[in-house]
Amino acid sequence: MTEVQQATCLMLLLLVPLAMAGLALLNAALGRSHSAAHSMVAALCVISVAAVSFVVVGSRVGGAVAGWDFGEPTLDALAQLMALSLLALIPLSAGADRWRLGATCLATAIMAGLIFPLLTRSMVAPVGEGWLGSLGSRHGLGAGFLDLGAGRIQALGGIGALAVTWLLGPRRRKYAPDGAAIAIPGHNMVLAMSGCLVMVPGWIGLNGANALLFSPVRISLPLVGVNTMLAAAAAAGAAALLTRWRFGKTDASLTANGWVAGLVVSSAGCAFLSPSATLFCGAVAGILVVYSVEFLELKVGVDDPAGAISVHAVAGVWGLISLGFFMHQPGQMLAQLVGVATLLGLVLPVVYALNWCLDRVYRYRVEDDGERQGMDLYELGAGAYPEFVVHPDDARQ
Amino acid sequence: MRAAGLLLMLSGWALVFGAVQMLHGAVPRAAFVGAGLAVEALGLGLALSRQVAR
Repeated sequence: MTEVQQATCLMLLLLVPLAMAGLALLNAALGRSHSAAHSMVAALCVISVAAVSFVVVGSRVGGAVAGWDFGEPTLDALAQLMALSLLALIPLSAGADRWRLGATCLATAIMAGLIFPLLTRSMVAPVGEGWLGSLGSRHGLGAGFLDLGAGRIQALGGIGALAVTWLLGPRRRKYAPDGAAIAIPGHNMVLAMSGCLVMVPGWIGLNGANALLFSPVRISLPLVGVNTMLAAAAAAGAAALLTRWRFGKTDASLTANGWVAGLVVSSAGCAFLSPSATLFCGAVAGILVVYSVEFLELKVGVDDPAGAISVHAVAGVWGLISLGFFMHQPGQMLAQLVGVATLLGLVLPVVYALNWCLDRVYRYRVEDDGERQGMDLYELGAGAYPEFVVHPDDARQ
Repeated sequence: MRAAGLLLMLSGWALVFGAVQMLHGAVPRAAFVGAGLAVEALGLGLALSRQVAR
């Protein structure tokens, strides 16, 4: 990599915290107002814990950054650090309003220090590495499992979110005694939409830097940027139109979810796909998210306040599979399917089992009082909006 | 049900892993990977069976 490319890569990586900020804002906005400050504090805490755990333990456990000493980190290490910090934020939204701060940090430490480095190195490593990356060279499956941006990171985050919602169970009063779902709308749609917009440069930075670092072929950075933006636009548009068609009005939170799902889809193939193919993939992601959110909430009783499972796991998996459709290389689809099978069949049970053990050691779910009061008052001692929001629950205290 | 589902998913992945490692023909490999994915889907379906409302 030339010095100019290194400088470009560094600049792109420095944009990634915007994606984290956007995701943190979205998580807080789609939760309840009496847990908003808690959500933002938890975001800062998990990013901190993820960074420290990865640098101190994870990079050595997985051999992800061989010989990395603290004085001279590589761009590869920085890219993994950024991706991991983003990954750590994903399950947060699924555990909104009920996941204790200490448990959040503990789960993140294990994820960043152990699961992520082991899995990424041995199984889900970038192009050409690990068992999946070498499917092409060793087993003749296309170019091996392809994922140039961070599709695997998104899917991992979504899988973590599913494990967390299983362990935490639904929020208080989310389901009526007869099992019917009760809507608990996000508390600040302006914040949610602002988060969506803030994310875009961060995502372009993440996709661009990963493509520069890991692509075996020459890539076009403008194409990465255009594809990232196009996927988000198509997915948000599809989600907005679909909700308008189905419910008579455009649903703001599902449109926001569609936007993020588009960004997630772009992560896998932004450097490989043509803009028209990306447009199609984004639109499908927007449609998938709407149906997936509804299915999880209404049919199987999974309470995921910000739709992290649908946005990151479902759209992430679709992004990885869609590469197989559009690469037109013999065996490529099978390679992508083997990658998805690994993420679902190996990673999900492992992540769930580890979180289950942690939950037995340090309870994940806050006490009933905490849920009644709100996480802000219960765990932080002060609310995010102390002067102008009063819940009926709070008034009864 | 969830534990059974997750174990079924692991079995599905073992089938996929075995197919990639041990089979060489494109058709049998694709068939076994497909079967592994089907077992995983079944496991996911079991694991996702409705939670008790709180």
